[in-house]
Amino acid sequence: MSRALVSTALSDLAIGSCATLATLDLPDEIQGQLMHLGFVPESRVLALRRAPAGDPTVYCVNGAEIALRKETAQFISIHSVCLAERKVTQ
Amino acid sequence: MSSHCSPGGVAVAATPRIAGKISTVALIGPPNSGKSTLFNRLTGMRQKVANYPGVTVEQHFGRMGGIGHPDLTLIDLPGIYSLNSYSEDARVAVDVLHGNMPGTPAPDAVLLVLDALQLSRQLMLAAPILALGLPTMVLLNMSDLMERRGGEIDPLALARELGAPVAMISATKGAGFDAIARFLCRLSEPPEARQQPMQLPVLQTAASCHQWAAQVSTRTNYKAPSSSYWTRRLDAVLLHKIWGPLIFLAVVIGVFQVVFEAGLPLTDWLTEVFTKAGAAAVTVLPYHWLQVLLRDGLWNGVQAVLVFLPQILLLFLVINLLEDSGYLARAALIADRVMRSIGLNGKAFIPLLSAYACAVPAIMATRTIENKRDRLATILIAPFMTCSARLPIYTLIIAAFIPNRPILGDFFGLRAAVMLCLYAMGFVAAMGTARLLKSSVLKANAAPFILELPQYRWPTVRSVALRLYDRGKVFVQQTGTVILSVTFVLWLLSIVPVHHGTVAPLTESIIGRLGHFIEPVLHPLGFNWKIGIGLLSSIIAREVIVGTLGTLYGADPATQSVGLQAALRHDMTIGGAIALVVFFAFAMQCTSTLAVVRRETNSWKWPAIQFCYMSGLAYLAALAANQILSRIFF
Repeated sequence: MSRALVSTALSDLAIGSCATLATLDLPDEIQGQLMHLGFVPESRVLALRRAPAGDPTVYCVNGAEIALRKETAQFISIHSVCLAERKVTQ
Repeated sequence: MSSHCSPGGVAVAATPRIAGKISTVALIGPPNSGKSTLFNRLTGMRQKVANYPGVTVEQHFGRMGGIGHPDLTLIDLPGIYSLNSYSEDARVAVDVLHGNMPGTPAPDAVLLVLDALQLSRQLMLAAPILALGLPTMVLLNMSDLMERRGGEIDPLALARELGAPVAMISATKGAGFDAIARFLCRLSEPPEARQQPMQLPVLQTAASCHQWAAQVSTRTNYKAPSSSYWTRRLDAVLLHKIWGPLIFLAVVIGVFQVVFEAGLPLTDWLTEVFTKAGAAAVTVLPYHWLQVLLRDGLWNGVQAVLVFLPQILLLFLVINLLEDSGYLARAALIADRVMRSIGLNGKAFIPLLSAYACAVPAIMATRTIENKRDRLATILIAPFMTCSARLPIYTLIIAAFIPNRPILGDFFGLRAAVMLCLYAMGFVAAMGTARLLKSSVLKANAAPFILELPQYRWPTVRSVALRLYDRGKVFVQQTGTVILSVTFVLWLLSIVPVHHGTVAPLTESIIGRLGHFIEPVLHPLGFNWKIGIGLLSSIIAREVIVGTLGTLYGADPATQSVGLQAALRHDMTIGGAIALVVFFAFAMQCTSTLAVVRRETNSWKWPAIQFCYMSGLAYLAALAANQILSRIFF
């Protein structure tokens, strides 16, 4: 399985920013699991906060909050990054 | 979004499988949809837990007495996201729904539970379930919460879209259940034209299911409720860079503080009550031999174990509260960095924390770890965590041998320090073993860490009380059966052979001879033959040793009159006593754990390796402890 790093990876999304998911480049099983959690192409994802140690990061997608490590998020590519919802808490 | 379905959508006319009486109903839903709460409500808490043959997934059966249908059996299926994932849980669900699971009747109807707070995602499971063609009712759980948080859904439109009846329910409040009863009643009647054609995605991949679910949510005017204000506010503090880890540490310390500070007085009080009750019961008995049998053969051993019930329940209470509130998921997130350094991920933290209560449920909780090797490593190290069954012997030895001297004021004394050391020892052994395993036999690519953070919610008294009741029952049952029979047999062996109507002195009884036989092996550890018998008997369960020692010292005329603590002080050096608790910190003395490891790994190989490894480590560590301490203290 080719795991090419993309220039705009989900792991590079700044906290408080929003983006649209483009592609997932992960092993099938992990990809299926992520998709069932809402990580499907064209869905909006918000980087909500980082764990105290700086990794994993909590992402808000489809109303749910999911934590992913950098090593996973770097294989998810995004586009249309925007600095959305400055005030994350409500 | 267009009004027709995804490309390749097809009209499915669901045909009912049965006409006439129905008997079995399956309950299914994604993880965290409130399925268990609903199951307990519908069955009125009268449930049976069993295991699916050949796999590690538990099955819960119950009669639906909770809604006035005790004639119907409800099967609780594991929480799953989809039917085509490769996990064991999903396989079980598919087999049961198809009626291919031996020993489980094919369901006549399906209740699909979905979390109304996250409907557009949870609907993805509806497509494969409805495609099975069984009569299905869709239950939108937590709909009260959804409405309160400003969410909306048109349930009639959803029913039309899905071709299945939809009910808005609240499992925690018990609202909306009359619709379930009506649905089941109507099924018993001959089928009419209640099934409508529905559009389901033909290729049920994650992407097509998601697209379908998104379209259905749009057409049914679903408006997701805003994420709980309090969840975000709480996470801003609980996952804060500085406060987060500090609160995490405070919580972990607090758990133990509660168990010891609140639990110990309760245990002392219970000891007093039991001793008085035992003494009172003995005096009313007619014959001397009957009095001796009751006091020495049965009561002493059972009582010694039963007094730990408050502490064990407290520990389970605290862990259950943390789990139900949603904090444990945050703890896993915080712990991920540390767990990564030993080759595991944050999800292993939850089983390992509950292993402080008991390794058996902890090992079952490892099912949430997707990576097989990570899961095996977690199973193998879980018994090193200081489970509550070790508390009886720890408490006994510490109370008998460690002076109550303050170290940091009144708050932290020498006894607490020794206890903390014992906990730390188990933890270090677990971490070391994990590292060893993950860098050798269980080496694997780093597993992805995907963790869903649930919204915070108040734990319900009902579900917490139910689980505490279950744990308490198991403990009392075990005390009443296993420990009772072990102590009785030991007592019997400690008085035979009988010569001319007088019982043998303890050292010449069968048990005495057996103990003396194994003494040479245990002597370097500072253990006498009575401790040896205790160790042998505690292979069944760790807490048995306290009962055994209670019986053995109670049967010995030299120590009969003094309490167990005084008898031990008289009989052991400080080196031997510490070696004993060190032995217990590492040894695998629990047949229930071995049985559950066997079941979860599907082979005898891993429990055997685990037993030998842990026993060997325990022997060496106890040897070192005794040799070092006896040189310091003479």
